[in-house]
Amino acid sequence: MATEKELNANHNELKPVGRFAAWFISLYEVFKFIGRFFREAFLPPYELKELVRQCYEIGYRSALLISTTGFITGLVFTKQSRPSLSEFGATSWLPSLVGIALLRTLAPLLTGLIAAGKVGSSIGAELGSMKVSEQIDAMEVSATNPFKFLVSTRVLAATITMPILTFYTAMVGMLGALLNVSVNEGTSATTFFQSALESITYLDIVASTVKAILFGFTIAIVGCYQGYHSSKGTEGVGKAANSSVVTAMFLIFVEEVVCVQIFSLFNT
Amino acid sequence: MKEKQFTDESVEKVIEIKGLNKSFGSYTVLENASLDVYKGENLVVLGKSGTGKSVLIKIIIGLLKPDSGLVSVLNQVVDEISYKELLALRLRVGFSFQNSALYDSMTVRENLEFPLVRNRKDLSKQEVNSSVEEMLDAVGLSQTINQMPSELSGGQRKRIGIARTLILRPEIMLYDEPTAGLDPITSREINKLINDVQERYHTSAIIITHDLTCAKEVGNRVAMLIERNFERQGSFEQVFNSGDQQAQPFFDYNFIQ
Repeated sequence: MATEKELNANHNELKPVGRFAAWFISLYEVFKFIGRFFREAFLPPYELKELVRQCYEIGYRSALLISTTGFITGLVFTKQSRPSLSEFGATSWLPSLVGIALLRTLAPLLTGLIAAGKVGSSIGAELGSMKVSEQIDAMEVSATNPFKFLVSTRVLAATITMPILTFYTAMVGMLGALLNVSVNEGTSATTFFQSALESITYLDIVASTVKAILFGFTIAIVGCYQGYHSSKGTEGVGKAANSSVVTAMFLIFVEEVVCVQIFSLFNT
Repeated sequence: MKEKQFTDESVEKVIEIKGLNKSFGSYTVLENASLDVYKGENLVVLGKSGTGKSVLIKIIIGLLKPDSGLVSVLNQVVDEISYKELLALRLRVGFSFQNSALYDSMTVRENLEFPLVRNRKDLSKQEVNSSVEEMLDAVGLSQTINQMPSELSGGQRKRIGIARTLILRPEIMLYDEPTAGLDPITSREINKLINDVQERYHTSAIIITHDLTCAKEVGNRVAMLIERNFERQGSFEQVFNSGDQQAQPFFDYNFIQ
């Protein structure tokens, strides 16, 4: 029979393997959660009223913050780019530079990061709090599918509204850039937008849309997963909100790199 | 203790539990537990905190899966039916949570409407409204209809929780610690409400509690959860007077007096 010391030694040897297995189990759980979303979201009955409400919550309520950030980014980006371009006497390229930069990368990334902070944390905290106070169980026992009502609607709403918010950010960013260019170069709005839009290709629009859809899906699915699986207690709610933001932001950067690599293949 | 007994062989069993086992890791909460609930009776499940009383009703409603054993509710084996069938079964079984579990982002009216509009699509807006008003009237809280759950007292939240459960007109009610954390007067009101529900809506019920006053006032029968199963069952007096060494410390008769 093994002594206590031997048993402890065996236990310690197994620890790294255990952690590795646990990591795989949680990865499996995440994929299972995503799989369930696709199953529940596209099969009836549909929670259309709640979907519209979530689109309003996620989209409209983020608009003010996104407007401010987008406008400032466009303005500052133009201001900071001018010295480099003026060295080559190429300040007339500013509208196209800003247009491409905003649409290809800045708008999706900026909107994604803001939404991760605002929407992701709110979804994580809301669902976490509902889990802890047994409100999700209450839905379950009143013959309502809580996954369909809470998760499917939020993920769909974020996936639908993110592309809209992204193009809105790009547009507001362009207005910020226009202000700067008008004041410094006296360029008219028509000339500015003509020059900016000329350099934007369909591929830029597709890339931006794909990224926005991906970011929206990621933010909401991460928030929902963290909230839905939050441990008991208020500490768990805080952790769910926090890890929703951190994980979503990390994944947004990873997805950005992957998307840039993939779409650069089409550019060449 | 209520006089009326339902354990007659001619009375239909609405819940049948046989050889139920449930563990969480190495911690076993239910071991070979068996229990029947007869149509129309209020069965009180008594036991110390942490002995698995709530686990039992969560298994009955399908929120937790048993490790093994039979759990039959209204002639359907809970862990053998599909999710769709389980949802249909849940329309016939109401669950009142210990902390009420009201949806805190909705008003009282919306809380009551929520299960109804989702499960009774045949009802008109007017019928939904009248159902909500009737239920609030039944629990004596009509004036709270437009209030948020955060504006209600503990006792009021419990009543609204019961009203939300009752609005689907379940045949079975499962009450998880209905009087926990309430003062004796409010507890009495809740006990009265549980009895009113039994009489008015002809429900069968399991009441999970460690409150002996509640057990005495609402229970037609008592089952005591000791050592992971229900070996002690009978009327309140039978269980109390059994002289069982494990059950006895729980019953401090002076406390009830």
